Amino acid sequence: MTPSVLRLSAATLRFGERTLWNNLNLEVMPGEFLAVLGPNGTGKTSLLKTILGQQKLSSGTIEFRGEPVTQGSRRIGYIPQQKLLERGTPLRARDLVAFGVNGHRLGLPFNSRAVRRQVDEILESVGATDYADVPVATLSGGEQQRVRVGQSIAGNPSLLLCDEPLISLDLHHQRQVSELIDEQRKAINTAVIFVTHDVNPILGMVDRVLYLAGGRFRVGTPDEVLRSEVLSYMYDTPVEVIRSRGRIIVLGAPEGYGVHDHLEHHIGSAT
Amino acid sequence: MNSDLWNQIFGFDNYGQLLALVKNSIIAGALLGVVGGLIGPFVMTRDLAFAVHGISELSFAGASAALLFGVNVVAGSIGGSLLAALLIGVLGTKARDRNSIIAVLMPFGLGLGILFLALYKGRSANKFGLLTGQIVSVDNPQLLMLVIISAVVIAALFVIWRPLSFASVDADVARAKGLPVTAISIAFMILLGLATAVSIQIVGALLVLSLLVTPAAAAMRVTASPLLTPLLSVAFAVTSVVGGILLALGGGLPISPYVTTISFLIYIICRVIGSRRTRRGDTGRLVPATSGTAA
Repeated sequence: MTPSVLRLSAATLRFGERTLWNNLNLEVMPGEFLAVLGPNGTGKTSLLKTILGQQKLSSGTIEFRGEPVTQGSRRIGYIPQQKLLERGTPLRARDLVAFGVNGHRLGLPFNSRAVRRQVDEILESVGATDYADVPVATLSGGEQQRVRVGQSIAGNPSLLLCDEPLISLDLHHQRQVSELIDEQRKAINTAVIFVTHDVNPILGMVDRVLYLAGGRFRVGTPDEVLRSEVLSYMYDTPVEVIRSRGRIIVLGAPEGYGVHDHLEHHIGSAT
Repeated sequence: MNSDLWNQIFGFDNYGQLLALVKNSIIAGALLGVVGGLIGPFVMTRDLAFAVHGISELSFAGASAALLFGVNVVAGSIGGSLLAALLIGVLGTKARDRNSIIAVLMPFGLGLGILFLALYKGRSANKFGLLTGQIVSVDNPQLLMLVIISAVVIAALFVIWRPLSFASVDADVARAKGLPVTAISIAFMILLGLATAVSIQIVGALLVLSLLVTPAAAAMRVTASPLLTPLLSVAFAVTSVVGGILLALGGGLPISPYVTTISFLIYIICRVIGSRRTRRGDTGRLVPATSGTAA
C-alpha cells in the first residue's frame, strides 16, 4: 500500500466557542484530486493554513508525508487566488516560475543554465512561452494563473494546494486553468487539494469531495456527498441538489453555495 | 539681481579648490547612491515608501539627540532609525496597521528632534543640515563609518537577495514554500534602518525619499527585469547624489534641492518613456495578446 501524502487524524479546529470542524479524519493519496467545498467561514482556508503549519489544530494530528507538518515545505506547491500586482513590479512570468525552482536559495538572482532551461521547460508545459518575458502585472488573469500553475509544479511537489485559483476568471479560462492543473497532476502524480466555492469547473477531475458546512463535514465521491439528503442534513435546512447537463446546482443553501457569488467570496476572503 | 540669484544657485568660482574639499562627500554620496539604489526596489515592492519617511524622522530625532549630548551623530541617527524600523516591522505587518504606526511615530520623532535642536547651543548649520542635508560635514572618521555601514548593508542585501525578492513580491507562496518570511522582513527592516541613517547624513531627514524611493520608482517605470531594475536604480541614485553635490558646490546652498531635482527629473523622463512604450503596446510579448483575455 502506498503511504498517504496527507493524513489528518481526529483533527479539530476551534476558534473560541466556534467549532469549524470536529474529529476530521482524512487521508489523501498520491495523485488524488480532493475538492474542498462549503460556504464561507467553515474553515476551508483554515484547512490550508493548517496544512501549511500556519494554523495549529485544537486537537488531533496532521501529517504530511508521514511527518508532522512544518511551516511550509518545498514539497508543497501552492496556487493562490489571482491578484492584481502593482504596475512596474520587477517580476516577469519567468521570474515567478524561477522562484518556484530556487526562490529559497540565498544569493543574487543569477540563475545557472540548468535552472534557466528548467524554467523554459515549465513555461512551455503550461503554454506560457509567448509571454515568458512579460511583467506579471500586465498579464491577464488567465495568463497569470497559468504561470502560477507552472510555479507550483516546479520541484515536483507531492501536494498541490489550490486556494480558489479560478476566482475572477471567466468560464473559458476557468476550464483551461483547471484542465492544466489536472494535466500536471497526472504528469507528476501529485495530490491536489482544491479549495473552491464552485465545484462545476473541476467536477470531471475530482476524485473525492470534502464538504464543510455548519460545523459538520462529509468526505466522499461527488456522487456520495453532493446529494440533497446529505447537504440538507449538514445545513440543517432543506437543500436541493440539482444535476443539469453535467453541472451541479445547490438550491436553498443558507449562504448561497453553488451560485457564482463572487461578492460574497470577496467579503469572506478579507478575514 | 537675477544674475546674483543665478550665481547663488549655480556658482563655479574656485571650483577646483572646492572640489578637493568635498572629495569625501562625493565618495560618501556615490556610496549612498549605491545603497539607496539597491534597497529602493525592495522598498517599492514591499510598499514601504511611507515607512522610509517615518524611519527618517526618528533617525533625525536620534541624530539631534546625539548632537545635543555631544556623542557621535551617525550613531545617534542609527539608533533612532533601528528603533523606528523595528517598531514598524514588528507592529506593522498589515499595511493598514503599518501606516497608522508610521503616522503616529513620525510627528513624535520630528517633535523630539526639534526639541533637541532647540536645546543645542552649537553651530546652527549642524542643525539645519540634519534636516536638509550637507556636504562639507563629512570628515574622515565619519566617512569611514558611512563606508562600513554601507558595505554591511550592500553585502547583506546580496546574500538575502533572492529569498528577499521572493518574499517581497509573492509572500503567500514564499511562506507556503517554507521561507522564513517574517524573519526576512525583520532583517530587511534593519537594513532599511541602516540605509536611512546613512542617507540622512548627506541628503537630510526630510529628503531621504529622493534617494531611497525615487530612483527605484523611476527604474520600475522603464523595466520589469529583476536585474535591470536595481542596476538602473543605482545609476539614477548615484547620478542624483553626485550630480547634486557637484552642482551645489559653488552656490553655498544646501545640497538637497539639487539632489531632489535631479532625481525628480529622472523620474519624469522615465515616466514619459514608460507611458510611450505602453501606448505602443510594447510589453515584451512574442504574440500580441488576443482581445478579451483580460480578466
